[in-house]
Amino acid sequence: MKCDRCENEATVHEVTVQAGVKVEKHLCESCAAGEGLTPPAPAAPEVLKALIETTAKRASRGPACPTCGMTFDEFKQCGQFGCANCYEAFEARLLPLIERAHEGATQHLGKRPRRATGQVESSRTKALAALIEERASRASAIRRLLEEAVKAEQYERAAELRDELRRLTDAPPGATA
Amino acid sequence: MSVEPSPTGGPNDGGARHVLDDASIEWLRAGGPAGDVVFSSRVRLARNLSGLPFVGRATPEQKQRTLDLVREAIRGTDLPDRWVWLNIHETPASDRGLLVERHLISKQLQKGRGAAIGEDPRAVAFCTPGERVSIMVNEEDHLRLQVIRSGLDLSDAWAQADRIDDSLEAALDFAYAPRLGYLTACPTNIGTGARMSVMLHLPALRMTGDIDKVKRAAGDMGLAVRGFYGEGSEAAGDLYQLSNQTTLGKSEAMILSDLESVIIPRVIEYERIARKTLLTKRTNFLLDQIYRSLGAARHARLMTAEEAMQHLSNIRMGCILGVIKDVEPALLNLLLLLVQPTHLQRVFGKDLDQDARREARALLLRTRLGGV
Repeated sequence: MKCDRCENEATVHEVTVQAGVKVEKHLCESCAAGEGLTPPAPAAPEVLKALIETTAKRASRGPACPTCGMTFDEFKQCGQFGCANCYEAFEARLLPLIERAHEGATQHLGKRPRRATGQVESSRTKALAALIEERASRASAIRRLLEEAVKAEQYERAAELRDELRRLTDAPPGATA
Repeated sequence: MSVEPSPTGGPNDGGARHVLDDASIEWLRAGGPAGDVVFSSRVRLARNLSGLPFVGRATPEQKQRTLDLVREAIRGTDLPDRWVWLNIHETPASDRGLLVERHLISKQLQKGRGAAIGEDPRAVAFCTPGERVSIMVNEEDHLRLQVIRSGLDLSDAWAQADRIDDSLEAALDFAYAPRLGYLTACPTNIGTGARMSVMLHLPALRMTGDIDKVKRAAGDMGLAVRGFYGEGSEAAGDLYQLSNQTTLGKSEAMILSDLESVIIPRVIEYERIARKTLLTKRTNFLLDQIYRSLGAARHARLMTAEEAMQHLSNIRMGCILGVIKDVEPALLNLLLLLVQPTHLQRVFGKDLDQDARREARALLLRTRLGGV
């Protein structure tokens, strides 16, 4: 398209409505500058475009769970949360969904754990972990002794150790083997 | 069998196999309250460990840690039965199949998350004999505790589940929030985390065509209706599993009493009336169904699992109505399990392809039901 004023190619286009009538202006860059119209911003380079898109996408996905990094979109895709803290992180968006799934209920009724739970690993879990480690290290010590006893052909001792190992790693207390 | 398979040797040794060959399963007992219609009652509790990501986002190390913690906590439970612990990720495919057919693990736990054998740490712990209690570890939630009873006995199942939950909780911190209750991977299980279900045998309602009414009514009352093998499985053998759909806003006692004293008794009564009506008003139609099934079971040469389950269902009704006198309901329940593909192959002690299984299944029914 040619400029309204000269023979140059029109690169600036303006459409306005004046007293109910549409007025179109098609001007080249220099004529447009003379009329006080600014030329359009140069096209953003592809890299920049991609960056803008991801930023926009991230903004629409909302913040991620601070504990496990899951976003609400990810949850919507797989239907499962990443960790217990997701419930707090997405509370506002989640409640209507919970209400729908549970016939309008939003408040738990029924059993409560005797101890309120912290969201960090508790001392109780740590105690249990310590017990596991202790048991494992005792078992490996016994296993070493057992190997030695077998090498030394002390079979009675080996049998005792084997029983002890079994007691240590087998059924819970009170259970029959 | 021990809680912990030998730490040095194969993790799932002959002991596990021996336990799985034991058929003294609670839900096969064919007894219990309202046993003419109710197969079994089941309470399932979903629990997650606080401080660890849910299973779907856990690393293999974190999953292993969950296994270690739960196994240690199970040692602290005070039960008269023995616990068997099986690492499913190290269990051969055929044993995993047995566990699914016995309702000890779900298909999801059987499959895992697409990992090769030895990866994706997950386990089941169950009590033997009877298999009344089982705990899946690292299924959708860290723990899925299941307690099962023969007949309509949700109260007793819940009482035991509650006690085991208490003793596990003495060692483990469960993810819990005052408003939303027990926190689960999927928000449809939050609150009590409790799914209470009853497996019903409803052949007469299927024959009269009223089963669809029951299904619709159950849906209207907020219950889910599933088949013998849970979600997505058809109601093979006229077995329908009814369970509560929602877990938030109702206490365990409320869920239990809705099911056990309101909804289920009505369905039971409906089935009993349908049976009586068929027997008195459509006698020959009913007898024909029952005797055709008995004939097929005693004489057929090829049989699919679905067909076998259908015949066993009709024969079972015949026994209960006193039409068939020389077959025990408990045997029929056991056969219901043994005609499943993995159990069938275990009975015959070898791998069988589909055609060979059809032959073996017919042979099994003939020999066990006094046919020729």
